[in-house]
Amino acid sequence: MESREKVVEIRNLEKSFGDLDVLKGVDLDLFREENLVVLGKSGSGKSVLIKIMVGLLKQDSGSMKVFGKEVSKLNKKDLNELRLKIGFSFQNSALYDSMTVKENMEFPLVRNEKNLTRKEINLRIEELLDSVGLPQTINQMPSELSGGQKKRIGVARTLILNPEIMLYDEPTAGLDPITCRDINNLILEVRERYKTSSIVITHDLACAKQTGDRMAVLLDGQFKAVGTFEEVFPEATDERIKSFYDYNFINS
Amino acid sequence: MAEGSGDRKPLLSKKIDKFFTGLADAWNFVRRFFQEVFMPPYEFREVIHQCYRIGVESLPLISLTGFIVGIVFTNQSRPSLSEFGAASWLPSLISIAVVRAMGPLVTALIAAGKVGSSIGAEIGSMKVTEQIDAMEVSATNPFKFLVVSRVLATTLMIPLLVMYTDFVALMGSFLSVNANEMVSMTTFFVQVFEAITFLDIISSVLKSVLFGFTIGIVGCYKGYNSSKGTEGVGRAANAAVVMAMFLIFIEELLVLQIVNAIRGI
Repeated sequence: MESREKVVEIRNLEKSFGDLDVLKGVDLDLFREENLVVLGKSGSGKSVLIKIMVGLLKQDSGSMKVFGKEVSKLNKKDLNELRLKIGFSFQNSALYDSMTVKENMEFPLVRNEKNLTRKEINLRIEELLDSVGLPQTINQMPSELSGGQKKRIGVARTLILNPEIMLYDEPTAGLDPITCRDINNLILEVRERYKTSSIVITHDLACAKQTGDRMAVLLDGQFKAVGTFEEVFPEATDERIKSFYDYNFINS
Repeated sequence: MAEGSGDRKPLLSKKIDKFFTGLADAWNFVRRFFQEVFMPPYEFREVIHQCYRIGVESLPLISLTGFIVGIVFTNQSRPSLSEFGAASWLPSLISIAVVRAMGPLVTALIAAGKVGSSIGAEIGSMKVTEQIDAMEVSATNPFKFLVVSRVLATTLMIPLLVMYTDFVALMGSFLSVNANEMVSMTTFFVQVFEAITFLDIISSVLKSVLFGFTIGIVGCYKGYNSSKGTEGVGRAANAAVVMAMFLIFIEELLVLQIVNAIRGI
């Protein structure tokens, strides 16, 4: 694993909000075509980590390198170039609710790839909607979609720019178990089809087990355990990781 | 006493701090607008879409209000003028009042309530549901798409709405004058245009541009900086209306002073 190319390198990353220290010296690597799951309780700083990765937030100290570039030191133009390589699937899908599904998908495409013809744009949108299994929703408004459909369209919208890294923020939050399984399958399909490296932020252990090559457990602002599911959970010695596992196990 | 004043000092200092931080934020927001408005890429389609929403969709409300204002103001002014045997001055009085003050002010206040609140709520809800972040991470410029387009649309459309309100209010006034004083439309409008000057029209248009910019920028600023979920969206919409109305009155007062100085009053 270590010989593979690192696409994300996080070193000693710290972030506070007022008096609250959220990340306290975090170290983590993401390798090419790897699915890494970041687990942790609500408010543990999981989403903060990936928001720093795309420049939505800035760390207080430490280093966040994506494709070898220090994100916090990039100017606006370079940051936007980097963002084109990163797809961010938001917790609540963040679909633009005044636009149809087609317009949602067009929005980043027409603004970033100006040489495409109308035919090419339509083809790309149809292909991606097919790949997430929702071609019939093309003219629907987000308010007409179910939670699971919104997540799928959200993923399709991020894929339209052909990202190399996918960041999934709580992809299964608020969904029923069957839809959760479908979303997990979609995450795996995306990796297979588009050869992406992914970070999946979740507190759902079933999602983590199904989608992750490696797990990283964020507790008290630091990664307390990093490894495969079998390395991290069944034999966990840390009481909090154990209780996290037991709680999810009982609930599933 | 000493304890009380000790408690008050940090609170006061916090409030002053908050006020000046807010002022600096607002200034940076306005500055960013002027930086981005001239820089490509231009969101023409969104500007036109917003012009339609702000202009065309406001027409029914503006028409009704303008028309009623014209009739009511005429009917309220008639007794006083009649007392001096000056009822024939009604068209002149109404035209001056409508073009100089009531048209711009009524239109701007209605637009602040209708358009300002809608902009504040829309952008605020996009902010709290991470739609603005989603635009940002897809390497697009949400400020240009959301703020620049809306502020341009309000700045362009409010003056047009003001001219339309002036016309509708004068038509309302004409109906009242025609019914009571038997004045023809030609006579009425000849008196109207004799009473108003070029300075009246120019100051009214410039004032409307200022009102339009204020409504747009305040709505966008409040929406863009909203937080705390749905409650924050409500607050943003409310603050957008209150702040815009407050600024409109201040601007009205300032423009009046400037125009009066030009007139030499």
